[in-house]
Amino acid sequence: MNDLIYLVPLFPLIGFLINGLFRKPLSKSAISVIGSGVILISFIVSIILFFDIKEHGGTIVNYYNFISVEGFKIPFAFQIDQLSIIFLLIITGVGFLIHLYSTSYMHEESTDHFGRYFSYLNLFVFSMLLLVMGANYVIMFIGWEGVGLCSYLLIGYWFKNDSYNYAAKKAFVMNRIGDVGFLLAIFWILKDFGTANYTEVFAKASTLPVSDATAITLLLFVGAVGKSAQIPLYTWLPDAMAGPTPVSALIHAATMVTAGIYMIARSNVLYSLSHISQDVVAIIGLATAVLAATIALYQNDIKKVLAYSTVSQLGFMFLALGVGAYTTGVFHVMTHAFFKALLFLGAGSVIHAMGGEQDITKMGGLSKKLPVTSWTFIIGVLAISGFPFTSGFISKDEILMATYAYSPLLFWFAVFAAILTAIYMFRLMMLVFFGGFRGTHEQAHHLHESPSALLIPLIVLAVLSLIGGFIQLPEVYGGHDFLNQFLAPVVPAVTHEGAGVATKDYYMLGGTIVGLIIIFAATRKFFAVSQFEGRYTGFKKILADKWYIDELYDTIIVKPLNSLAGFLKSVVEKSGIDAVVNGTGRFVNYSSRQIRLLQSGQVGNYILFMVLSITVLFLVFWNQEIIVQFLQKIF
Amino acid sequence: MPIQYYIALASCLFCIGVVGVLTRRNAIIIFMCIELMLNAANLLLVAFSKMEYATAIANKTNLTAGTDAQLFVFFIMVVAAAEVSVGLAIIVMMYRNIHSVDVNFLNRLKH
Amino acid sequence: MSIDEILFWFLSALALFSAIMVLLSKNPVHSVLWLIVVFFAISGHYLLLNAQFLAIVNIIVYAGAIMVLFLFVIMLINLNTETERQQNIWMKFFGVISGGLLLWIFISASRSAYDVANKTAMLKEGDVGLIQNLGKVLFNEYALPFEISSILFLSAMVGAVVIGKKD
Repeated sequence: MNDLIYLVPLFPLIGFLINGLFRKPLSKSAISVIGSGVILISFIVSIILFFDIKEHGGTIVNYYNFISVEGFKIPFAFQIDQLSIIFLLIITGVGFLIHLYSTSYMHEESTDHFGRYFSYLNLFVFSMLLLVMGANYVIMFIGWEGVGLCSYLLIGYWFKNDSYNYAAKKAFVMNRIGDVGFLLAIFWILKDFGTANYTEVFAKASTLPVSDATAITLLLFVGAVGKSAQIPLYTWLPDAMAGPTPVSALIHAATMVTAGIYMIARSNVLYSLSHISQDVVAIIGLATAVLAATIALYQNDIKKVLAYSTVSQLGFMFLALGVGAYTTGVFHVMTHAFFKALLFLGAGSVIHAMGGEQDITKMGGLSKKLPVTSWTFIIGVLAISGFPFTSGFISKDEILMATYAYSPLLFWFAVFAAILTAIYMFRLMMLVFFGGFRGTHEQAHHLHESPSALLIPLIVLAVLSLIGGFIQLPEVYGGHDFLNQFLAPVVPAVTHEGAGVATKDYYMLGGTIVGLIIIFAATRKFFAVSQFEGRYTGFKKILADKWYIDELYDTIIVKPLNSLAGFLKSVVEKSGIDAVVNGTGRFVNYSSRQIRLLQSGQVGNYILFMVLSITVLFLVFWNQEIIVQFLQKIF
Repeated sequence: MPIQYYIALASCLFCIGVVGVLTRRNAIIIFMCIELMLNAANLLLVAFSKMEYATAIANKTNLTAGTDAQLFVFFIMVVAAAEVSVGLAIIVMMYRNIHSVDVNFLNRLKH
Repeated sequence: MSIDEILFWFLSALALFSAIMVLLSKNPVHSVLWLIVVFFAISGHYLLLNAQFLAIVNIIVYAGAIMVLFLFVIMLINLNTETERQQNIWMKFFGVISGGLLLWIFISASRSAYDVANKTAMLKEGDVGLIQNLGKVLFNEYALPFEISSILFLSAMVGAVVIGKKD
């Protein structure tokens, strides 16, 4: 089995190279086949690895010594264990569906750009695979940087638009801020342990003083905040919707943003050592969940609602990790990948049908014209809202249970965020698919169901969203926590106590059903309408304007930096450095002109210099020793 | 006479010639100062030949020491004569072209 | 002070004075005449050193032929009425300074030289300068340079004629 491991990242890399270098001579269908095919192959190999790990447990494969200096070695090694195989399956599986979807969605691009898109996507999958397969923090960091790069490339895919480029830059810069924390954490780990390999670090972790563990875990969390869009570094993710919708689905819903979750889940040994950082993680996750949910209530762009929903759900995942329920966090990653990718792809289908329109004030009543899209979308909405027995219900309930065991106060805030989630998702569903059509006549004519290449991934993901939760059904409903047991060697699970658990489960189920019915009725009344202005005043406006956080960052950080840069350019650069450099040139010019005057053409002058030189030579020759001594004294 | 005196005399004549070359602007005067320098060298050579003869006599060695220097002087005169003839021809030609013997006019090397 | 020394000092003073007058004369013809005086003084020095052949040759060749040639040229270009423009004062200054520097260097170098300490040039005696001794050495050992010098003269003559042609 060890021989198969390197195939998993190798095929996307090959896809990247072929599609990147040869996209001009290849046809679009060839590019699609290569681009999607390599991901399919990786998926099949991942399945083989999964069954192998189920029987034999994890393995580490060493390839070569990446960095080998006095004091520590960093090998280029892959560690495939239960945690990374789950992520591998998610990345390659959902990734393959999205590649399939993109072959039709991006059909209008020219061959050149089409190939560019697929090469970037393959490069992204390759980097993400490196991230989850690495056996030490440095390999993870390589993948981390790679996905950040591909995120930038793909957000700014339509590079002719300046605002898209700005969004891509914003994403990359905010990612970078997180990366500083990650790098500092790696350095600290290297200093404390002398190695960055997971197995060695976690084996020695208990010897670490609490202050060091807190520092390292907090720095790692800074990296996760940047990559997974938590407070305060989340503002890039809504702007990242400038990229094509499949990109949003893959990168900003299913995979890249979950890299932070993976990192913390992987480092659970370190986090368990420090209660302070666990509290920090939980509180920031919860705060982000609530904040993003409030903003999502009043957004008018279909993709922005889903973006804030992603930020909010990521907050939930971090909350799970913070309260110690690591497997629950991973479980929610999996279910979230299913339903969020479904929702994004469904939104893409809607946008495609509306001819590029993304404003939900102009949509409505689309369920009649787009049956498959609307039914899969509705399934996704139910999953994310926690409709009983969908995958989202099971994972979210597990998070809520774990939070309650940790602190009831956090529990009620989490419930509040979950209610808000249901509200805004139902609002979105009602505004888009029910009620009367609010768009123009041409758009009404243009409405048609999408081609099958767009629909198949939707159907597959809908099915997964419905049944994907059953691998961890709570016992009271007759299930067995397969995922917890599977991950147990690597990631500890939160334990539930005996009898009280069953009661709590029933309360959750009852509460959820009642809550959802109320929300459904309310949103149907308010939003399944044929007139929807979408303009807000007062407090609603604050929410719609994202609590003015972007403007705050702009004033505090961006503008001072810009003026500093302007100052450096005009004063330091122009007057300082340019003056020195140009001045040197001017000085050389001037002195050469002066020296040229020596060549007067007068023979008399030349003879004068000859005589003077002879005298000097005589003097030097005669006083050799003295001159040599003098020179030695100077130098 | 101690040889130092002859050395001093010849050096003075030579340096007067150098000053003349550097100071005067008339080509012919410059040429004459060159001849002066040559003569200073000749004088010194002859003095050295007698010095060598004196030391040879004192040590009772070769009785014909010192002829080499005087023959050298002879050849210097030969060369000086040839050089003067060619040099004056050049000066005459220069005068024919620019009607002046001022060396400051000859600054074509400047460009 | 023997007669030799007095003669030596007199001839030296004459030579130096005449050389300086060569420099300082405004009229080129005067400069030529002063140069001839210098040559006479130097020939006197040769005679004092008993280099008879060279003294006579000096007079005949230098003072007789070469200076006459100079006078021819000066007459040819009609220079005796003309005065040259003044040299740049800085050049004169620097010229004198550098000449003086050179002189100082030469004299101080030779004063401390080992080879010429306590040596004298013999005056009035010695057969070295006699013409038969010189002739013997010339035609025995330096016959080849002697012949080549005739070719040198030939080339100089040809060169002078070619350059001076009026075309």
